[in-house]
Amino acid sequence: MSDIEQLEADILAQIEGAGDETALENVRVGAIGKKGALSEQMKTLGKMSAEERQVMGPLLNGLKAKVTEAIKQRQDVLKRASIETRLASEKVDVTLPVRANPLETGRIHPISQVMDEITAIFADMGFTVAEGPDIETDYYNFTALNFPEGHPAREMHDTFFFNPDENGERRVLRTHTSPVQIRTMETQKPPIRIVIPGKTYRQDSDATHSAMFHQLEGLVVDEKANIANLKWTLMEFCKAFFEVDNIDMRFRPSFFPFTEPSLEVDLQCDRSGSEVKLGEGNDWMEILGSGMVHPNVLRAGGLDPDVYQGFAWGIGIDRIAMLKYGMPDLRPFFEADQRWINHYGFRPLDMPTLFGGLST
Amino acid sequence: MKFTLSWLKDHLETEASLDEIVETLTMIGLEVEAVDDRAAFHPFTIAKVLSANKHPDADKLKVLLVDTGDGTPVQVVCGAPNARAGMVGAFAGPGTYVPGIDVTLSVGNIRGVDSFGMMCSERELELSEDHDGIIDLPDDAPIGTRFADYAGLNDPVIEIGITPNRPDALGVSGIAKDLAAAGLGKIKTPAVPVIEGEGPCPVSVDLSADGAADFCPAFGLRLVRNVKNGPSPKWMQQRLKAIGLRPISALVDVTNYVTFDRGRPLHVFDADKVKGNLAVRRASGDETFLALDGKEYTPSTNHFVIADDNGPESLAGIMGGEESGCSDETVNVLVESALWDPLTVARTGRDLGIITDARYRFERGVDPTFCMPGLDFGTQLILDMCGGEPTQGICEGAIPTPDLVIEFPVSETLRLTGVDVNASDSTDILQRLGFGVESAGDGLRVSVPGDRPDMHGKADIVEEIMRIRGINNIEPQPLPTLSAIGARILTTGQSRTRNTRRALAARGMSEAVCYSFIAKNHAVAFGGGQDELALSNPIAADMSDMRPSLLPSLLAAAQRNVARGTGDLALFEVSHVYHGVEPSDQSRTAAGLRRGTAQLESTGRHWSGKARDVGVFDAKEDAFAVLAACGMDPSKVQIEAGGPDWFHPGRSGTLKLGPKVVLGSFGEFHPMTLELMDVSGPLCGFEINLDALPEPRRKATRSKGALHMSPLQPVRRDLAFVLDSDADAATLLRAAHGADKKLITDVRVFDLFEGASLGENKKSLAVEVTLQPTDKSLTDEEIDAIVQKVIANVAKSTGGTLRG
Repeated sequence: MSDIEQLEADILAQIEGAGDETALENVRVGAIGKKGALSEQMKTLGKMSAEERQVMGPLLNGLKAKVTEAIKQRQDVLKRASIETRLASEKVDVTLPVRANPLETGRIHPISQVMDEITAIFADMGFTVAEGPDIETDYYNFTALNFPEGHPAREMHDTFFFNPDENGERRVLRTHTSPVQIRTMETQKPPIRIVIPGKTYRQDSDATHSAMFHQLEGLVVDEKANIANLKWTLMEFCKAFFEVDNIDMRFRPSFFPFTEPSLEVDLQCDRSGSEVKLGEGNDWMEILGSGMVHPNVLRAGGLDPDVYQGFAWGIGIDRIAMLKYGMPDLRPFFEADQRWINHYGFRPLDMPTLFGGLST
Repeated sequence: MKFTLSWLKDHLETEASLDEIVETLTMIGLEVEAVDDRAAFHPFTIAKVLSANKHPDADKLKVLLVDTGDGTPVQVVCGAPNARAGMVGAFAGPGTYVPGIDVTLSVGNIRGVDSFGMMCSERELELSEDHDGIIDLPDDAPIGTRFADYAGLNDPVIEIGITPNRPDALGVSGIAKDLAAAGLGKIKTPAVPVIEGEGPCPVSVDLSADGAADFCPAFGLRLVRNVKNGPSPKWMQQRLKAIGLRPISALVDVTNYVTFDRGRPLHVFDADKVKGNLAVRRASGDETFLALDGKEYTPSTNHFVIADDNGPESLAGIMGGEESGCSDETVNVLVESALWDPLTVARTGRDLGIITDARYRFERGVDPTFCMPGLDFGTQLILDMCGGEPTQGICEGAIPTPDLVIEFPVSETLRLTGVDVNASDSTDILQRLGFGVESAGDGLRVSVPGDRPDMHGKADIVEEIMRIRGINNIEPQPLPTLSAIGARILTTGQSRTRNTRRALAARGMSEAVCYSFIAKNHAVAFGGGQDELALSNPIAADMSDMRPSLLPSLLAAAQRNVARGTGDLALFEVSHVYHGVEPSDQSRTAAGLRRGTAQLESTGRHWSGKARDVGVFDAKEDAFAVLAACGMDPSKVQIEAGGPDWFHPGRSGTLKLGPKVVLGSFGEFHPMTLELMDVSGPLCGFEINLDALPEPRRKATRSKGALHMSPLQPVRRDLAFVLDSDADAATLLRAAHGADKKLITDVRVFDLFEGASLGENKKSLAVEVTLQPTDKSLTDEEIDAIVQKVIANVAKSTGGTLRG
């Protein structure tokens, strides 16, 4: 082996043997540093003959390039090893639980969710959302809605009263959202298409009745709206709301002072199990009252019943929420029990839309 | 309203099945609420006692061998004294539910003797109170057949819900009329005989008292002499029992029977207990009256009674009196059939708390034209059952003649229902319902019969035609669309409500919906409790006052949750609060609270850090989130230290817009508030009046304007100031920002330090000031000049000095 070959073998062995970056740097200085072994060899080139130089020049330069490359490779290996060592020391237990995401833990009450669902559906049918006060006058809650003074129908409402004022007039907590029909007709000319979601109150309490509950009133007034339209509107609503292709509905005659003719609407259901199942079975469940707006109500709203006509309905929001989402009892709706809200509530990003589906 | 199938068939000739009848009733507006096919009676069979021997170990018991008709005699232990060989009775085998003793039979062993069923008494079958012995049937009763068939207990009972507009359906005859109109058969209600009677009725009726004539348009009366009262016939008793009435005696049962058969309440007085003549008059107000329900009432002067010389004998139209009531000893009976003002009867019944079948009918309106026929019908039933001689009937006052005629354009049905029903079909339907119909040009002239006080105008006639023709015949028709794409349909307030809910839920809070009424002391504690907002008939004492704030409801909810073991809570509600009874006094409000460690980032203990208690700043963040959700920049809102009384005075703030508009408040709750609400902290909360937020200006363009992004790097400088501890951070920030409103784009507090090293009542606030050069880089001198100005401004407005 020539000296050069020996030198190459020694340097490469030293590079390979360098255990860390400091050792490698020492090897580099010892080999190709100013006074390195290889550098010393290269200094001799100047003293060589031309022929000698022609042989030794490429040989030494080739060796320098080879050493430089070997050092670089060794550097990469050592760097990777050192990073790996550091990373190994930084290991954590990724199975540790993270904090809960408020977007996942927050809850929207089913009543609010269902109101949003209803709004989405009726917005699509060209309805706007109207509102009115919870504390009403006797006039708006009863008289204007064609409840004659002393009529048994008034008693059916189990009304909450306030104490009489100095004129002897008693305000009431509205027993239905229908007063907003009058308030709307007083301020808006037909065509009217409104839905009125809101709180209503009756002095009644059991598993399916609560002293406070929520109603959705609907009102359509123009010069043509009739019972055939009423049936269509409510059937489309029920299909959309309950997210079914078809649902058996039963419209049967009934009585409400503020509609004539009046209809009650039942949904086909199966009550044989613990949970009410819609769209199957042999039972009917009453879900809403409806009818053509009574001529006296149109008059109270300042409209001529021979020119204008329309229909109205009232549906229990809590009740359809219970039906759709399977709550057996109404009372916990108003108890704010965290366990109930966690179970029956909706996440804040569960936004009901028609394009994304009411519920997912 | 209950009736039996056979009863209906007294009035309706029909081939229809029970199911068809039930379905039709519902679909014509007489909603069937229940059908009792009386299957409970099915297991009871007629059986014959073959032998009856003394029980070996019990003196009063017998061991019977009973032939139930299936060939093998059955052994039954029986304690009835009348049990004897050869008798025929009603047998119940093991597995049968016996209603009178509420027991399902099993194979028994009574003192060592097996018993495979029982022979029943009438009480055990709930047929009567009789329990002296077992049912003793005639010898020819067919052994092995259903006892119910034999005894007439197989008559299905139908219960329908009657809406207040249908007094005509409060009698079986009226129901039959509706069914016949709907095509389910032919009416065959027996005609009422006209009873002339012998001689005048010796008792007169005086309607001359104040208001009596208005209250009582007509009063029919007759005496029947020499009746023999006793139990009514079995068929009548069975019908009355089937609909839940207790048979009393023939005379009383007749009044109940006519009430349900024809919707015509009657009353009977024992004539020998009536002193002098009868008068309808107002109660004096201090008279007491012992009614047939055994209770004593003191009607007021608003209420009318039928009185004789002894005083009130009947609460007119509602309930008769015990004193003049009929008993088994009655031999002379006065039969009353009168008309009463519906509203007065309703008010009287309501005031006195009496609900009777008579009141129910009178307050809905009974058919005036059946007043005198009703008297004759009742009389005839009495004569049939009790014998006697009737006098002539008298009718004080005058029977009002139904005179309402409705001009009905035939097209009205099409207009309101979308279905065309021609004149001939309309006429047909109306006539079957008892209306008089004449053709009049394009329309019909419809005369309303006396049993339909609910008819007022065209729409009512449409309903009659619609329900009889069938609602199922109305094909749904789409509601025409008004525009291809709907416009915005929510008001600003509605959008705010929606956004606020989602925003707070997105902060990990749970939405509550609480009652609008709360306990008075809670209302008072939160600034409410005015008399005008107190309910006069609350459902419970702690639900008496309209709430002035949502916070007491949420605190009460927190209390309940804590009691159930959920201590870390974040609840909110978006609803209305009430400051008066006018619509404008009701405001849309959002409120929330956090308890325990329920912060936005973390709730409860976590390996990554200590669980921190919630505090005023958590509530402030929530309040700001609400403002932002409503489209308001929270930095535009002034924060004033201190809040309403229910908050900690040093750890609460008021959100204001200008000096006058209060948007809301936030803070940690006052210890006294927590004590009142019986809940422990840490608890913080906020409340924002969404209606107080200004309506956002609607700009003509939706453009957000051009964006200028500086190519130059922002410069940041940190400055720490020492201030008095009660100096406001907000003032400091405003002063710092004011040093150069153009270049300073942000000032934020990054450190707060309070320590003895600063001196007594001092604190240090460190801020980071961001300068954003726009057109050229800032020189060190320029930056320094701005920083000096910041220092000077802060010193001027807060007295703070740069911390050395």
